[in-house]
Amino acid sequence: MSELQSGTGESLAEGKIVNILIDLGVSLASIVIALLVGAVFILLAGESPVIAYGALYEGALGGARQIMSTFWRSTPLIFTGFALAIPFRAGLFNIGGEGQLLVGGFAAGFVGYYFQMPGIIHAPVALLAGMLAGAFWGFIPGILKAWKGAHEVIITIMLNYIATLLTISYGINRLRVGGRPALPSIAEGAELFRLGDLPELPILGSLPFIEVFAQPGSRLHLNFILAIVAAFILWYLLERTTYGYEIRSVGINPAAAHYGGISENKTIILTMVIGGAMAGLAGAGEALGTHHSFIQGMDAGHGFTGIAVALLGRNHPAGIILAGLLFGGLAEGGLEMQFVGIPSEIVQIVQALVIFFVAALQMIKYFMARRRAKGESE
Amino acid sequence: MAESKDYILEMRNISKYFPGVKANDEVDLPVEKGEIHALVGENGAGKTTLMKILYGLLEPDEGEIHYDGRKVNIEKPQDAIDLGIGMVHQHFKLVDPLTVTENIILGSEPRRGLTIDKKAAQKKVKEISERYGLRVDPEAKIEDISVGMQQRVEIIKILYRGADLLIFDEPTAVLTPQEIDELFEIFESLKEQGKTLIFITHKLKEVKRVTDSITVLRDGKSVGHVATEEVDEKDIAEMMVGREVLFEVEKDKARPGDEVLNVKDFRVKDNRGIEMVKGVSFSVREGEIFGIAGVEGNGQTELVEALTGLREVESGKVEFRGKDITGLDARRVKEKGIGHIPEDRQRRGLVMNFDLAENMILGYHHKKPYSNRSIMNYGEINEHARKLIKEFDVRTSSHLNMASKLSGGNQQKAVIAREFAEEPELLIAAQPTRGVDVGSIEFIHEQLIKKRDEGVAVLLVSAELREVLSLSDRIGVIFEGELVKILQADETDERELGRLMTGGQVKEAKASV
Repeated sequence: MSELQSGTGESLAEGKIVNILIDLGVSLASIVIALLVGAVFILLAGESPVIAYGALYEGALGGARQIMSTFWRSTPLIFTGFALAIPFRAGLFNIGGEGQLLVGGFAAGFVGYYFQMPGIIHAPVALLAGMLAGAFWGFIPGILKAWKGAHEVIITIMLNYIATLLTISYGINRLRVGGRPALPSIAEGAELFRLGDLPELPILGSLPFIEVFAQPGSRLHLNFILAIVAAFILWYLLERTTYGYEIRSVGINPAAAHYGGISENKTIILTMVIGGAMAGLAGAGEALGTHHSFIQGMDAGHGFTGIAVALLGRNHPAGIILAGLLFGGLAEGGLEMQFVGIPSEIVQIVQALVIFFVAALQMIKYFMARRRAKGESE
Repeated sequence: MAESKDYILEMRNISKYFPGVKANDEVDLPVEKGEIHALVGENGAGKTTLMKILYGLLEPDEGEIHYDGRKVNIEKPQDAIDLGIGMVHQHFKLVDPLTVTENIILGSEPRRGLTIDKKAAQKKVKEISERYGLRVDPEAKIEDISVGMQQRVEIIKILYRGADLLIFDEPTAVLTPQEIDELFEIFESLKEQGKTLIFITHKLKEVKRVTDSITVLRDGKSVGHVATEEVDEKDIAEMMVGREVLFEVEKDKARPGDEVLNVKDFRVKDNRGIEMVKGVSFSVREGEIFGIAGVEGNGQTELVEALTGLREVESGKVEFRGKDITGLDARRVKEKGIGHIPEDRQRRGLVMNFDLAENMILGYHHKKPYSNRSIMNYGEINEHARKLIKEFDVRTSSHLNMASKLSGGNQQKAVIAREFAEEPELLIAAQPTRGVDVGSIEFIHEQLIKKRDEGVAVLLVSAELREVLSLSDRIGVIFEGELVKILQADETDERELGRLMTGGQVKEAKASV
């Protein structure tokens, strides 16, 4: 009998690695296909694909400054990716990243300008405020789902509207100074550290190669580092704690989780709160690190792009970082494409094609896996 | 076997490989015209794969199929149907709100112009049903008729499409003893009319009773073709398992101790709000197995779910060692020392996409040593799994295999291992051997008896009469949500239980109270 069962322990581990490599390969292949199809559109627009893609590469990865910009653009996307992924692992669809990001950004921006604190604690307090506000915004649909069974998709979409109206139409309009549609600028102490300032630090500044970070105009800030840290923490939470065990089991098989004495309601609330906190951090980072105030339009659809990032990253923390970087790179490189004369519509088409093909090929993989599973089941 | 025999179907040297698994390894299946041919084997032996190949759902990697003396290529189910091969699936493929006739003609409706010729359809259905003794009500809706009649509808459906070779995939699993008798009468009449039948089953008694010859599969290989009259149940079981099998469960007389579980006037509703358990009372003592016998759907599921904290209790009282535990949630019930082997291991008992090690702590994952202050200790968890796999003979190459990769019997052993390992004082086992192969059934039965002898109170719920009879010390028969009678196991037999289970003698039993 035993020879009928597949694989030993070690080969299983190898199988996992092979699977990851296949995943990466499929993703890369789909990017290449997308670029080829995109080339057709560029030709139709009467431009040269070579120049266009040269600009895309140059803009996203051309040098230290460009790479830092790509990192900077990907930061909120990685966080909003987490915001979808964590509830998704428990079987929930958190569409509310946008609203959670807005309340997080608003709370951080508010704490940043309204209160006076010593620099060393002002930024952390403001960041924390943003995180908690986002968490609260995720808690609302969580508790409504747990208590009354209200569908989280409906509630989070509604909360997105409420967040927009509350923070921008009401919040900004009430608190702004002058004509700029934003909260007043935050105190200097509340600004998130920018990596471009690394060479000026007393000890770190004397490290070799640290000058690489000294890029004029780079807005890459501490939140990117926090995103990487968050990925580790979330991975640990999901894979190494009882909470993660419960989240995963509720997501895969709620009936078995129920049987195992796991509270689905508790898990729903927990994951929505974590998701909200992640989106809140995205907003707080933008307010404190990028714009130095909470400004209208700051969300820029990050909450929704985060959905694509999470799906592309297979809801795995590491995958989300890679997917976030891809989206950040497309955004940053897309700007450069516009500078060389490619119409912005074409740029958006190319970006959309990449997303489309990556998602489509993932679907093919998914159906292949299902077919295989069907064939194997006895 | 002589060469001169008239084979309607010959599958020769069929091999089918899945990654890492030989599901079929040079399997031969010769079926004579007009016989009832049993296809038996443990779960995972390759029966389903072989039938999927025959029905065009899977393509074989090697081998050929001969039908009616010529080589055929079956690429899709329609090819099989065109050849005259029909399959009665274990889970019926019927449309509930449609009538019997509508279901039968679905997909090959007789037409008159643009409309369905209902009269012609009904006539044909009636003709088939009379010819083979398949009693159905052509006008009844599927949702309103019994499981046995639904099965007859399935049979008529494939006859309507002109099937000569009928495949029955575990047809008796869902039937009552009386319905099984009726089914076998239908088998006989089909055979008399010249049809050929392939009968897939686990139940050797049934093989012995109705079939003419047998093909046994083991580990993906065909290990034997025999005439049924030349072998007995024990021989078949040994061919399936590859070793000697103990049929009768050997057990000493129970030595019951203190009362562990006491259920009083228990009432439970199902998801639709219909009362499924209607005032049930019973008790289970240390060192005894209390069996609940009944046809599925008579409230057993709801009873067990309510006892284990998975379903709300409408009214009544549950006492565990004298303490009221009515309405506690699943985690608290487990913490009291109540183990639960759920009836549906794939839906409830296991998280199929978790590995075996993670599954073996489900429900106990928050306790030491598997976790400490919410941090999982995967060293301990894996060690625990390795130990249980060995102890309970779970056949798998690694504790890191996904639960979904295991055969049904081994999945069930994993569930049982998990619940036994926590040393419960009360064990609630619902359908513990459903869909499990002969070898594993034997093992599971031994384990249940062993627990009983250690002084554990066991509540056994099973639709398998023989199982309830041979394991239990006392038996309660459940019918339409009521315990119609509680009997001593050694003072009753299958006939009496079968009658009680299907509502016979209910009035009599009530009158005598």
